[in-house]
Amino acid sequence: MSEWLENHLPKVVLAPSFIAVLIFVYGFIGWTAWVSLTRSKLLPKYEIKGFVQYERLFDSPRWDTAINNLYIFGALFIVIAMVLGLALAILLDQKIRVEGFIRTIYLYPMALSMIVTGTAWKWILNPGLGIESTVRGWGFENFTFDWLVNPDFAIYTIVMAAVWQSSGFVMALFLAGLRSVDGEIIKAAQVDGIPTWRIYTAIIIPSMAPIFLSAFIVLAHLAIKSFDLVIALTGGGPGYATDLPATYMYAMAFSRGDIGQAAASAMIMMLVVFAIVVPYLYSELRAKND
Amino acid sequence: MTDLSMPRTRAQGTAGKTALRWLLYVLLGLFALYYLMPLFVMVTTSLKSLEEIRTGSLIALPRDVTLEAWKTAWSGACTGIQCEGLRPYFWNSVLIAVPAVILSTLLGALNGYVVAQWRFRGANIIFSLMLFGCFIPFQVVLLPMARLLGLMGLAGTIPGLIFVHVIYGLGFTTLFFRNYYVTIPAELTKAARVDGAGFFRIFWSIFLPLSLPIIVVTVIWQFTQIWNDFLFGVSFSQAGTQPVTVALNNIVNSTTGVKEYNVDMAAAIIAGLPTLLVYVVAGKYFIRGLTAGSVKG
Repeated sequence: MSEWLENHLPKVVLAPSFIAVLIFVYGFIGWTAWVSLTRSKLLPKYEIKGFVQYERLFDSPRWDTAINNLYIFGALFIVIAMVLGLALAILLDQKIRVEGFIRTIYLYPMALSMIVTGTAWKWILNPGLGIESTVRGWGFENFTFDWLVNPDFAIYTIVMAAVWQSSGFVMALFLAGLRSVDGEIIKAAQVDGIPTWRIYTAIIIPSMAPIFLSAFIVLAHLAIKSFDLVIALTGGGPGYATDLPATYMYAMAFSRGDIGQAAASAMIMMLVVFAIVVPYLYSELRAKND
Repeated sequence: MTDLSMPRTRAQGTAGKTALRWLLYVLLGLFALYYLMPLFVMVTTSLKSLEEIRTGSLIALPRDVTLEAWKTAWSGACTGIQCEGLRPYFWNSVLIAVPAVILSTLLGALNGYVVAQWRFRGANIIFSLMLFGCFIPFQVVLLPMARLLGLMGLAGTIPGLIFVHVIYGLGFTTLFFRNYYVTIPAELTKAARVDGAGFFRIFWSIFLPLSLPIIVVTVIWQFTQIWNDFLFGVSFSQAGTQPVTVALNNIVNSTTGVKEYNVDMAAAIIAGLPTLLVYVVAGKYFIRGLTAGSVKG
């Protein structure tokens, strides 16, 4: 018996965690998938009714807004954070004397909760007392900056706060990438008299393709899961102008008592995440096992 | 932006070089201001009186520094009907984060040790399945977890939240330790086994003493994740057991009485302070966790 235990101890140790993941990740996904096919309202029902919930979802103007917002927010957030992150990394890669200090400043927002970030930006963007009133105080009486309460523009305030929070992290990724480029090649290029901007565009940046991919995956993942920031900054409003899939799901699950809708929207979110992450993880794992 | 990196090239006037160098530092400084601005605004606003906030400008320094708002935020601000400030919720977060961090780190270390050093058939598949679990949007487990916590009698309790954080932290902690232990030669384990050391003995006397850096990375990562969590906190807590992020959001959105922006800002800083401190003290490990967390192990 004790010999059996000694031989199987590694499996015995791993088993509880693995079983927990099987139940609480995969089992729960299954549960949600099942319920998304039922007519569950306040309480879950287990009688399968087909794709009614998905039909309702795609007919819902609110979900439509959430998906549109995800496109706008996701695209702007990813592009701006990557461009800004790359620019900062290149600027910081010029043998800056106080690099460590500056890096610390650029990256600290990443340590903050999105709720803290949202609270701060809500205050800064507050039309009555924030940037708008400050600029007016400087004498520009007609200056208007009311994006936070303007249904057409509120989604961009979420982009602003999200970029502020995450661009330093993208910078750190790119900086590590810049440092890992083979110095010999760069030196050789410099000896050949190739201008620095050409060295960047022709040698350094192309060799960082994997980092671009990682940064994209991380940012896309952050964008799809965005929830806290919206809640803290706009609460999904005005109206539901800044709803994202995550806030839609939460509203259906916990305030509307529409579990079927909540489950269907959660499944769509998961499919989107998996469409992005699974191929990436698969290639990563395969590369590692080789 | 690439033009600015010119100083690296040869054949340029020293004057031009110096000018570019200055431009570079000015740009870096401006970006530093951009990142610091919200923090600056938060701190100054929290030190002003409401009167001064209404009449003054967003970026002005406080004329009369007052800690009133901090006092209110800590022990008097209202989260809905209760007006006890952030204090009880701050301690809730501590009570949730500390056990959850310890448990998930410990389990992650053991799991990582098994996956990296005691390979058995299927170990890789198990690891992959656990890893994929890191990336699911948690919305997809929210509903069944709410039901399960109810069935277990843990709905709205702090042990319930600890449980949730441990479960969904396992993937990452296992990944961290696995990637670290994989770099330790398997011969070490083999030699120790030949010498008669068992599974736990090897872990305890060989692996654990080597693990300090990765323990620090994991603890910081888990602490930041759990402290900053909002989704689980808002879904699985009830009045009295909410973590600090949920309480902060309630204070800010509380509609009773006058809107006290200085209190909001003080509360936001209090809620952000623990993770900010960890970042300032151990930034190197924080960044290592972030980059490892983005799978590039």
